[in-house]
Amino acid sequence: MAIQLPTWMALGPSIVLGLTALLLLIFDSITPDSTGRGVLAGTATLGSLVAAGLSAWYLFEGTGQAPITLYGDALVVDTMSLFFALVFASVTALVSVASFDYLRDHSYQAEYYALVTLAATGMTLMASANSLAVAFVSLELSSLPSFALVAILKKNRGSVEAGLKYFLIGALSSAILAYGISLVYAVTGSLLLPDIASSVGGTDLTGVLGLGIVMLLGGFAYKTSAVPFHFWAPEAYEGAPAPISAFLSSASKAAGFAVAFRVFVVAFPIQQLVTGAATSVDWVLAAQILAVVTMTLGNFAAATQDTVKRMLAYSSVGHAGYVLIGLAALSGGNNEFVLAGGMSHLLVYGFMNTGAFLFIALTEYWSVGRKFEDFNGLASQAPFACTVMTLFLFNLAGLPVGGGFMSKYFLFGAAVGAGFWWLAAVGAINSALSLYYYSRVVKAMWIEDSSGDFDIESKPAGLYAALAAAAIVTVLLLPGFGPVWQYATDAAAGIVA
Amino acid sequence: MWIEALIAVTLASAFAVFLAPNKLAGKLAFALSLLPLGGSLWMYSTYEASGNALLEGSELAFETNFEWVTAGPYALNWHVGLDGISMPLVALTTVLTSLALLASWTPIDERQSQFYGLMLFLEASLLGVFSALDFFQWFVFWEMVLVPMYVLIGVWGGPRRKYAAIKMFVYTNIASLVMFIGFIALVFGLGDSVTSLDMPAIAQALRAGELGGLGPLEAGTLKVAAFVAMFAGFAVKVPVVPFHTWLPDAHVEAPTPVSIMLAGVLLKMGTYALLRFNFTMLPEVAQNNAQIIAVFAVVSVIYGAMLALAQSDLKRIVAYSSVSSMGYVILGLVAYTLYGMGGATFQMVAHGLISGLMFMSVGVIYNTTHTRMVQDMSGLASKMPFTVAVFVAGAFGYMGLPLMAGFAAELFIFLGSFGAFAGSVWFTAAAMFGIVVVAGYLLFAMQRTLFGTFEVETDYEVGPAAFHDVAPLVVLILLVILLGVDPNIFYTMIQDAVDPLVPAVGGGA
Repeated sequence: MAIQLPTWMALGPSIVLGLTALLLLIFDSITPDSTGRGVLAGTATLGSLVAAGLSAWYLFEGTGQAPITLYGDALVVDTMSLFFALVFASVTALVSVASFDYLRDHSYQAEYYALVTLAATGMTLMASANSLAVAFVSLELSSLPSFALVAILKKNRGSVEAGLKYFLIGALSSAILAYGISLVYAVTGSLLLPDIASSVGGTDLTGVLGLGIVMLLGGFAYKTSAVPFHFWAPEAYEGAPAPISAFLSSASKAAGFAVAFRVFVVAFPIQQLVTGAATSVDWVLAAQILAVVTMTLGNFAAATQDTVKRMLAYSSVGHAGYVLIGLAALSGGNNEFVLAGGMSHLLVYGFMNTGAFLFIALTEYWSVGRKFEDFNGLASQAPFACTVMTLFLFNLAGLPVGGGFMSKYFLFGAAVGAGFWWLAAVGAINSALSLYYYSRVVKAMWIEDSSGDFDIESKPAGLYAALAAAAIVTVLLLPGFGPVWQYATDAAAGIVA
Repeated sequence: MWIEALIAVTLASAFAVFLAPNKLAGKLAFALSLLPLGGSLWMYSTYEASGNALLEGSELAFETNFEWVTAGPYALNWHVGLDGISMPLVALTTVLTSLALLASWTPIDERQSQFYGLMLFLEASLLGVFSALDFFQWFVFWEMVLVPMYVLIGVWGGPRRKYAAIKMFVYTNIASLVMFIGFIALVFGLGDSVTSLDMPAIAQALRAGELGGLGPLEAGTLKVAAFVAMFAGFAVKVPVVPFHTWLPDAHVEAPTPVSIMLAGVLLKMGTYALLRFNFTMLPEVAQNNAQIIAVFAVVSVIYGAMLALAQSDLKRIVAYSSVSSMGYVILGLVAYTLYGMGGATFQMVAHGLISGLMFMSVGVIYNTTHTRMVQDMSGLASKMPFTVAVFVAGAFGYMGLPLMAGFAAELFIFLGSFGAFAGSVWFTAAAMFGIVVVAGYLLFAMQRTLFGTFEVETDYEVGPAAFHDVAPLVVLILLVILLGVDPNIFYTMIQDAVDPLVPAVGGGA
């Protein structure tokens, strides 16, 4: 690299996202009554695209290969944080573009985009957190705007109720997380992840440490909507505006995993805590239980839903279970590959799941209805949108029509390689089951005869553009999975080592 | 890069047709399908290769091989290439797709652009299946076939289309998973001796006996278990009795062009995969259990023919007769002789053409009479002599009349399987009896529908079919006769690719 950027510029993606949020607030302060929604959506999209571009550029240039620590080691920029920043920024861009049409007649436009970009800022910081304090603060920074965003349709009771549920469980989980942090601090005397790692081995306070770790796990389970802290997720995803459901179920979940991966792998080394003789706190076992229960419960619940959005919400819980394999299959000696499997699945998921929820946003825009039957015969009216939705759904199910199959294959393959073939088997069976409920939507759209008399006259450009972009990336991730896997293994190797 | 170009052009055409207006879609799709057709024929004419794609000492045509995903032990390659087994099937795919598109003009009268787009997408996936040599990439194409098929049957099919589409999807998808598990178990059993999912590398490692145990399974048990899993997975696709029940439903409900693709090309995926995986990678398991596999083959031949005899729906008759014809392919494969395996591969192509011909002529009859029931019509020959002539020609091909492709194929198979393994004489004799039943039901059906006094129970006027309906029939009948008169057009190429499989297991000639 010819130009040597100042070190703080490594946080470029977070800074750009934060500045975008502030800029949006300034717009709103200058012209509070302005209806220039194009400017607002455009600013948010541009800001997140710049952030995505920066993270991609840093990744290509190898900025994070030697981890850069900042602000007294509280933040770290490495391949992993850049990898996740790319995921968050891309999802934010898709959501911003799609919101342009979705928010057509809604109030609080500037606030909406500002909150989205603020939440995204929090997520990028979560991925960079090298201290439990930063992890907590950034998690709050991404959660607080999310509460408001879920409830932003103030006249819609479902939206407000979902926001309230989300907020209550979020507050509870934050308390649990903070208490867990304090217990870990009590045992180790430090909040910095590497320092914690160096002092956990010698401690006698195994019980306190174990309790702290379990509480941390609970806090992260909430953010990733893993069982048993998943109850908010279907409610919130269903009640929230569909672009926000997309945002929460893709980006916010990935952020939860980013911080969980880093905290557990870096601060609580497997060699000392799980397989070691000195102290034994088997958090991998807890993650295994969590993974199996989460994917099974999520998938079974998804199979019994009546509305498409709720089905997607539960399936998103199921996907959290797949990604948890990334933590659950550690200790098998294949660590960097199982972690990389989880990360690459999150990246692909960021596109395919966002796309699926944005399609729901499109149907809400058309007032198609929520039930499976309401989608009957939709393909004859909107073939393009239904084609891309079919693509997203088959990808989510793991059919090889895009990156979804690749990431699942690598994730399960890595689990088998680590000796956890039963985890992979549970995942594969769940995947096969998921085909049932995903194909219900496909069947409704393509095969059933139209029952409703919806007439789709308008084709909103923003939503279509976002759908097309998500679809193109999802498909291109099949042939282009090489670099994703490469960066994911680099990222995982960076924190495992 | 010719294979990639072929697939890419087909995919791009599919996309273009999907976006085209309904009125233009049919003609545009046919015109665009001439590109892959021309491409594959050009490839065929310049084809230069030797040996079997999966075995050492072979030289593939149009091969490309580069690393796709590298990091870690899970390397995937992009590896395509053609040998004497896959080249004819690639050509068959492009020929049949173009003809099937032409045969769609009359029956498909709604949502045309979607229909034709999906047909071309199907073609691209099929081309991928027959040319991919990395297991992962191959599996991607293999599963990709299901998606357009599901929608094609489900949207444009007959009255019970939803049931048929879902049954097809569930059956074949579960079969794929069983097969996937079987194959992946083999790969894990090979351990460090393979570093990728490259099919040639895996086949050679397996044949070299590098398979270790996996967990509680010893190598011998693992081999048999994987063989059974893969055989079950592919048998559904073929289909082999008793895994065949999805096929008649799918066939009867599918619109004519989809039936053509289904019988003509999709079923070949099953036998092609059996040849590539079971019979090439685990030859000794196949040989040790030749009698069991031959039972499946013979039962498929006889039982399929018996079922066909019992049907009163012309399309159902042709559908069940596919079960019977594919049984011959299995018999030829398990013989492990040059003639047996070569004949089996030849039969894949021959049956592709003949079944395409039969479905197409049944489709033409249905388009004009709007019935397919044998009892509803008689004496069609007087009203639509040309269509009937082609139908008779196709039926003769099916029966294996000399100088038609089916005869050459079946002759090779019987020559190859006669005396190939213990008890094979009896199996071959029993399978040969199938020909009698085939002739029986075809002649019986023809006598009742085509000849005698004209009578059709329908409100539609019966007359000669349109030119674009009959033209593909003529092309097919010419191809069937050409292959029957001069089998060497394909057969030398096939033999060259099959030959390396034979001596390794000590089979005869």
